Amino acid sequence: MTNILVIDPEKCTSCRLCELACSQRNDGTFRPTWSRIDVTIKVDEAFYFPRVCFQCEDSPCVDVCPTSALYRDEKTGAVVLEQSLCNECRMCEVGCPYGVIQCRDGKARKCELCGGDPECVRFCSPGALRYESGDTWPQAARQAYADRLQALAKEAQA
Amino acid sequence: MMSAYAGKILRVDLGSGRTREEDVDPKLARAYIGGRGLGTKLFCDEVDATVDPLAPENKLILAAGPLTGTTAMCGGRFMAITKGVLTGAIACSNCGGNFGPEMKYAGYDMIILEGTASEPVMLVIDDGFAQVRPADHLWGKTVHETEDILHGQLGEDFKCVSIGPAGEKLVRFASIMNDKNRAAGRSGVGAVMGSKKLKAVAVRGTHGLTVAEPEAFRTACLDSMAKLQAGEITGTGLKAFGTAILVNIINESGLFPTRNSTQGQFDAAEQISGETIAEKILVRPRSCFACPIACGRVTAVKEGKYKGHGEGPEYETIWALGADVGVSDLAAATKANYICNEMGMDTITAGATIACAMELFESGAITETEAGCKLNFGNADAVVDLVAKIGRRDGFGDVLAEGGARVAEKYGRPEMFMGVKKLEFPAYDPRGAFGMGLQYATSNRGACHVRGFLISPEILGIPEKADPHSPDGKAALNIAFQDITAALDSAGVCLFVTFSIGVPELRTMLQTATGFDYDDDEFMQAGERIWNLERLFNQRAGFSKKDDTLPKRMLEVPMPSGPAEGKTVPLDQMRAEYYTLRGWDAEGRPTGEKLAALGL
Repeated sequence: MTNILVIDPEKCTSCRLCELACSQRNDGTFRPTWSRIDVTIKVDEAFYFPRVCFQCEDSPCVDVCPTSALYRDEKTGAVVLEQSLCNECRMCEVGCPYGVIQCRDGKARKCELCGGDPECVRFCSPGALRYESGDTWPQAARQAYADRLQALAKEAQA
Repeated sequence: MMSAYAGKILRVDLGSGRTREEDVDPKLARAYIGGRGLGTKLFCDEVDATVDPLAPENKLILAAGPLTGTTAMCGGRFMAITKGVLTGAIACSNCGGNFGPEMKYAGYDMIILEGTASEPVMLVIDDGFAQVRPADHLWGKTVHETEDILHGQLGEDFKCVSIGPAGEKLVRFASIMNDKNRAAGRSGVGAVMGSKKLKAVAVRGTHGLTVAEPEAFRTACLDSMAKLQAGEITGTGLKAFGTAILVNIINESGLFPTRNSTQGQFDAAEQISGETIAEKILVRPRSCFACPIACGRVTAVKEGKYKGHGEGPEYETIWALGADVGVSDLAAATKANYICNEMGMDTITAGATIACAMELFESGAITETEAGCKLNFGNADAVVDLVAKIGRRDGFGDVLAEGGARVAEKYGRPEMFMGVKKLEFPAYDPRGAFGMGLQYATSNRGACHVRGFLISPEILGIPEKADPHSPDGKAALNIAFQDITAALDSAGVCLFVTFSIGVPELRTMLQTATGFDYDDDEFMQAGERIWNLERLFNQRAGFSKKDDTLPKRMLEVPMPSGPAEGKTVPLDQMRAEYYTLRGWDAEGRPTGEKLAALGL
């Protein structure tokens, strides 16, 4: 399996440097609301949860995109967005079960693994983010994480 | 368009509810950096130093630095600048959390709060749209309740600062709280906010910040991060054990102030150490914004009468609510910490004021009737009970809400107050670290450890070891530490980075972010300028050489036992040398030449 962002939420310390690194690398600005990764922080529950695209093999966002702007990059295995084809319909945002595609300020944004050298990993001091084969993230743990993410996304919509 | 800065200042008249925007002056920004420096510059230009801190004419400035909100290491800080209610001196309290960056993303480097509202209000800022709104529904609520209500009302993505009951009741050491448990803690900045009837500021920002040289800035940040990771303290120690890693170190070095500084070692230190905190109550570490260190402690006391959860205790807190009051029960001290956070007040002054009252009680100056309990050292229940009462100025808590200096004065034993300029000592007895003593005596906000952390060279040996029991070289060391701290506070990064990086790294991050062509000398001179500016304010407020001193106990009573046994602080000698090296006259007044050289 190709590399993905493997997340170990237990190691996260809630610093949000990943959000800054992401928006700076991809948009040239320190702007967390444009970041493709974000950290959900619940102070009282001591709960810090980095949320970012899993690059799902079976990708609902690709399926629902009416202009075929979303496709899989063969080199990195990431689902990437061709901006010139995007018509800002926001179907991908709705279609993503994990709420990790953001459409705001006239542009859809999702993690494209920085072309194979993810900047967030570089700035993740505690090592909660790693760029490695999806095989290293046991399916059960990944599913549990995804379920939690899904619950969070629902909670946010409610 | 200024790089790294948001570029605007928001000015709010709480009396009328009117708000207006002003531009940040790039010349002033370069000379005073931002945050503490630029905020103090504007404050000093606009506010008469003799003002009553609780009067409408006093202002409160919330100021972020140019590095706040970027990937600069630990670059998430803002400062609350005002005239302190506890001290009457310039107050600038530093705070982490997420508020400072969010303020910048909303478009502002600084918020200047003026006047006084007639009814409780809150300030809501949504991306450059600012509005003063009624806050009757929040008045009387604790800090946690306030944030929860605001998040429900406005949305979870708003970041808040607020005061608790302590700020509302004008407790002289009330804090301004951010992210529930982070505090702009000392000097009574929360009481100024309370006097303005401003319960909270909630902000949401979706804009971005750009830096002048993105590639060079990135390299500088990653270089600093690698050094922080490699450092023993910043890389592993603080994350594993929090700042309370210092408990055993300072206790073993014999300068852990115990029972109102009557001793320098606490026999039960192990029970309240960072190691014990990690073992017994730590849930997980927590970072402030953009911080790879993660010294914050999310904790829980799972059972018993002190059950609760929250953040802390950090080092100064576990000392103030532990050793200083003679309490060895970690759960009780932690509970008292949680209550201080809820009430919104400074844990150091809260604990140290109770410690002062305990000594007054044991010496017979305070009776059991007055105190409402047997206020002996070690009475953990009394500490937990009293912090809650102080926060609401209830019963004897109303007396203690004035702080240790006024309490000791009231009961006729002023020598039992352990502090400088009415600000209580933090957790280092200066008889065991002379340089720290000079720092307490000369600090512009009173006895403070975060204006020049001389413990770093004197005890920890960083950047190199200085003999803690010698006055030699301490004046020069103090000046260097005070100036670099003033500069980095102004830049918006956390003091803790200096355990692993120094002027070149900090200056490079600042230079590549702002595009101002700073060299190391200009960076340090900015710190010196800020220090002198604060000094001048205090001078106008009535402070002079006589206030640059220490309690008699530190100057005349030898440390009774331990590694510092027999020591007193040779302050006069160090202070004279300090004034000379500062370019001040023998009375501690900056000379005309010095001021001219600094452009003041």
